[in-house]
Amino acid sequence: MSSGIALSTPPPATPPGAVRVGQVSEGLRRWRKFKSALVAGLCLTCALIVVTPLALVFGYLVIKGVGSINLDFFTKLPVPHGETGGGVVHAIVGSFILIGLAALVGLPTGILGAVYITEYAGRRFASVVRFAADLLNGVPSIVWGIVAYAILVLPKGSPFSLGHYSAIAGALALAFIMIPLVLRTSEEVLLLVPNGYREAALALGVARWKIATRIVLKTASKGVLTGALLAVARVSGETAPLLFTALGNSGWSHGIRDPMSALPLQIYAYAISPYPDENRQAWAAALVLLLMVLVLNVGLRYATRDRLPTRPGTRGKKLSSAANTAATTAVTGGAVTVPQT
Amino acid sequence: MPTATTTMEAPTTATAAQRMRPVSRASEFAFRGLCLAMASVVLVLVLIVGYQLWRGAGHTFHRFGLSFLTKSDWDPNANSFGALPFIYGTLVTSLLGLLIATPLAVATAVFLTELAPNWLRQPLIFLIEMLAAIPSVILGLWAIFVLLPVLNEHVFPFLQKTVGFLPIFSGTSFGGYSVLAASLIIAVMVLPIITSVSREILRSVPDLQREAAYGLGATRWEVTRIAVLSYAKKGIFGAMILGLGRALGETMAVTMVIGNANEIKSSLFAPGNTLASVIASQFNEAADDSYRDALIAVGLVLFGITLIVNLCARLLLKFGTADAGAVH
Repeated sequence: MSSGIALSTPPPATPPGAVRVGQVSEGLRRWRKFKSALVAGLCLTCALIVVTPLALVFGYLVIKGVGSINLDFFTKLPVPHGETGGGVVHAIVGSFILIGLAALVGLPTGILGAVYITEYAGRRFASVVRFAADLLNGVPSIVWGIVAYAILVLPKGSPFSLGHYSAIAGALALAFIMIPLVLRTSEEVLLLVPNGYREAALALGVARWKIATRIVLKTASKGVLTGALLAVARVSGETAPLLFTALGNSGWSHGIRDPMSALPLQIYAYAISPYPDENRQAWAAALVLLLMVLVLNVGLRYATRDRLPTRPGTRGKKLSSAANTAATTAVTGGAVTVPQT
Repeated sequence: MPTATTTMEAPTTATAAQRMRPVSRASEFAFRGLCLAMASVVLVLVLIVGYQLWRGAGHTFHRFGLSFLTKSDWDPNANSFGALPFIYGTLVTSLLGLLIATPLAVATAVFLTELAPNWLRQPLIFLIEMLAAIPSVILGLWAIFVLLPVLNEHVFPFLQKTVGFLPIFSGTSFGGYSVLAASLIIAVMVLPIITSVSREILRSVPDLQREAAYGLGATRWEVTRIAVLSYAKKGIFGAMILGLGRALGETMAVTMVIGNANEIKSSLFAPGNTLASVIASQFNEAADDSYRDALIAVGLVLFGITLIVNLCARLLLKFGTADAGAVH
């Protein structure tokens, strides 16, 4: 951790007076190097403190949750309050249905929206959409819950209102979260596709929609996929927007027009429950959910990790970091766009 | 918009379009229209959020006017609603969380960009991204069963004994459910975003800056302080404000540890509520329309505050990264 370049050799041929100055600066130099090392150590300590919560949470989840994960947990419905046993199969299935519905609406909307602003839109329209998406990315997820509630749950809230809690309302709230997020991550990735590709295809007389789908989207597919799956991972842990839309359910739902449970909702209900057996299952459900989210994150990084370029020289340096760009945009909400190197 | 685009690329596309078969032209039109519709969804969403919140909250604001923001009593039974305790709770928990998180996050970002050896950098970045991926509700679960008992049995008594003369560290504990617990959780939740954004900012500092400082004989810390941090000052402040935007809207974990009390207390050991947590914990109990409308109004206030904070953050980040070089 020593400094790169420091005054190592004293200047040659020094008059007597200057030798003392040199000695003083030698002491000062040591002090400065010491201070530098001290700060480096301090920064390392801070970095370790930052990752400590991750270790603590993960450790406790494994210790407290792993004992409760068994076949019943994945195949049975909850038992009445106060009894022991049962499982959360309805919440696991419910989570998949809610996320699936949300992805069905959110992913195409976000990706095609990004295609429009990178391939078709004029500069001004693009910046307006980008700005709007950035604003929406900052909206707290519980506010999306209120909006979905107002549209689909509140009687006479809108022409589409069902008048009661439903899985559709929950999925809509999740889709609202996904759309601006996917739009921004996809856009950042599509912008990495070199313009030469588009120009070459245009020169060959290829229709623009074919350029957009078969060249731009295809070239950037890894990054777009990364962004899409990160958005899925993000909403699969969301609880707040489901609280008063999907509401939760202690058994199977009859359909997507019914209230539906989801893993995060079940964890919340079990965490604040006074029954110890439900607390126990909260840990197990949390472990399952965290593993789902982490596998989505980790698996994805691994799958889209940049190996050797398939065709040397053709893909260009920029594209190799498409997945990274999507990941960074997903964490920072597109707040900073620094060219990746 | 279509006119602008046609004039921009007039000669080539016109001939290309003439040569296109009708089927191709139709699919071009359809695809373009579809994409335009999808991009417009984002704009429509902004209107929908604004309209739905305003419509739901309108009744409450009509009844209480701006005193809804300054009244400190929230009593659903008396049909009297004032959001001040929640605004106060939100500001205190967010700012305290930010105060804890920012130094840690910036130091970590400095470590990652300036100091860390390569073999340590990637794993650390990965772990921080994993921290960002932990769902809020899981952090809340952990906090209820692990953090709160520790705070209640060890931290609070210790603070009372040592700095208990300060009003913020006095008073009784309610099993650990407190504003301080919520602040700690918020700190954990904003750590990854402030670290990630600060790291991007530090990475955007040109190497020439560092080389120049090294060339003058500066030590590594001096290079970081003089050439990097002062250059990235504005951007880091922007990262902080962005973290604030995130902190204000944190819901689940905060709801689970803050204790759900509708009053303003000076002690950090006392339970409280934030704008987000009051909606999460009371919305389903809101039986009558005026109670529900009041909670939607709280949602509108939350939306407004986060909107302003995010706007500020983006402006800071834009100018912080764009012209920082010209200043120094």
